[in-house]
Amino acid sequence: MSPVVKLSNVHKYFGALKVLEGVSFEVERGGVAAVIGQSGSGKSTALRCINALETIQDGTIEVCGHAVGDPKLDRRALRQDVGIVFQSYNLFPHLTVEQNIMLAPTCVKSIGKSEARDLARDVLAQVGLSEKAQQYPEQLSGGQQQRVAIARSLAMQPKLMLFDEVTSALDPQLTGEVLKVMEDLARGGMTMILVTHEMAFARKVASQVIYMHKGQVWETGPGSMLDAPKTPELANFVGSGL
Amino acid sequence: MTTPTFSLLHVEFLAWAALWTLGLSAIAFVGGGLLGFGVMLARIGPSKLLRRAASTYIQIVQGTPLLILLFLIYYGIAIFAGPGFPAILAAGAGLTIYASGFLAEIWRGCIEAVPKTQWEAAECLALTRWQRMTRVILPQALRIATPPTVGFLVQIVKNTSLASVIGFIELAQAGKLINNSIFEPFTVFMVVAAFYFAICFPLSMWSRKLERKLNVAGR
Repeated sequence: MSPVVKLSNVHKYFGALKVLEGVSFEVERGGVAAVIGQSGSGKSTALRCINALETIQDGTIEVCGHAVGDPKLDRRALRQDVGIVFQSYNLFPHLTVEQNIMLAPTCVKSIGKSEARDLARDVLAQVGLSEKAQQYPEQLSGGQQQRVAIARSLAMQPKLMLFDEVTSALDPQLTGEVLKVMEDLARGGMTMILVTHEMAFARKVASQVIYMHKGQVWETGPGSMLDAPKTPELANFVGSGL
Repeated sequence: MTTPTFSLLHVEFLAWAALWTLGLSAIAFVGGGLLGFGVMLARIGPSKLLRRAASTYIQIVQGTPLLILLFLIYYGIAIFAGPGFPAILAAGAGLTIYASGFLAEIWRGCIEAVPKTQWEAAECLALTRWQRMTRVILPQALRIATPPTVGFLVQIVKNTSLASVIGFIELAQAGKLINNSIFEPFTVFMVVAAFYFAICFPLSMWSRKLERKLNVAGR
């Protein structure tokens, strides 16, 4: 089975600043990869490169059959296969929850209004927010907004979901409700890559943990690697979190 | 023979001229709005050439006094079309260009005030550039843009008075004509000012009301 995501020797610079220096990893279909590491280790940048939000200077990225580094990449085709959820939710404040979710399916996939509404109902049920369809984002808590953002991505029926520190702006209780939704998704077989600081969640849900340090994949393995780090850097990172 | 004094007839004449002021303002606002919107799109668009062209256009328009712009157009057209060209067309064209240069820049600022992350979120949902603009960014920018746009509308109304220099009879020119015949400058121009105020004050109030509403909604 070919991997859904494959990064090979990816290099990314912001001017003279080297952010990614030869990053390689793969994620299989149905796999859940948790990318961890200090701030500035390049984990968010790596995630953004997968979705072509950042261009890379060297190496290759293959995502669901799209060659992401290729200048001729069809970005819209890529984004129909890849959903992304951000730390700051980025819901559209002028639209209701339901309209937020219906926008992309009606615009991009040209499906009818009523069908899109059914779709919105389904994904809202999936994140446990059926009763909030007619509310505006500002009327919701942070955790609820983030779950709507997840639902909005799911409505496009992506093959891969990216999560960029989605719980970093939330308090522990709200974090819990968002993580629950993500765990359900993982159980349902969704291929996911998440950049996270939630070590317990990574250990429990991830099929693969990727520890990034200084723009490189420093150590990678199953969730249990967090209990027995091989490198002093990871030991230090895990230790400082306790 | 008695000297004529300021009478109701004169007020009637001014009221009629005020309609021309309103008409010219409407032409400038609609024309300038359409042209300015196009210039704004070019100014923030993906094409470097168009961006530079739009930026140059804005610089030139904003750096030219409206009075000179009106002269240039009025006499410029006369060179090609011959004399007898209707003043309202020249005045309308001049004010349209003037308004477009400012509205383009006001609206660019409003669009750029919408967080970049909104563009990004829309992009990641596979929306086209046009869909991102019309479905996500513009509706949000519209709320930000309304107060400064209405504020600029007030400027346009007052600036139509400059059209008098190319022979267009609007409120200011009508005041001048009346004054030439009865020579009561203070009375005449007080009434003229009152007309301008009667047009501009409701607009200002509307702008302030919109701003308050926006601030409340923004929190």
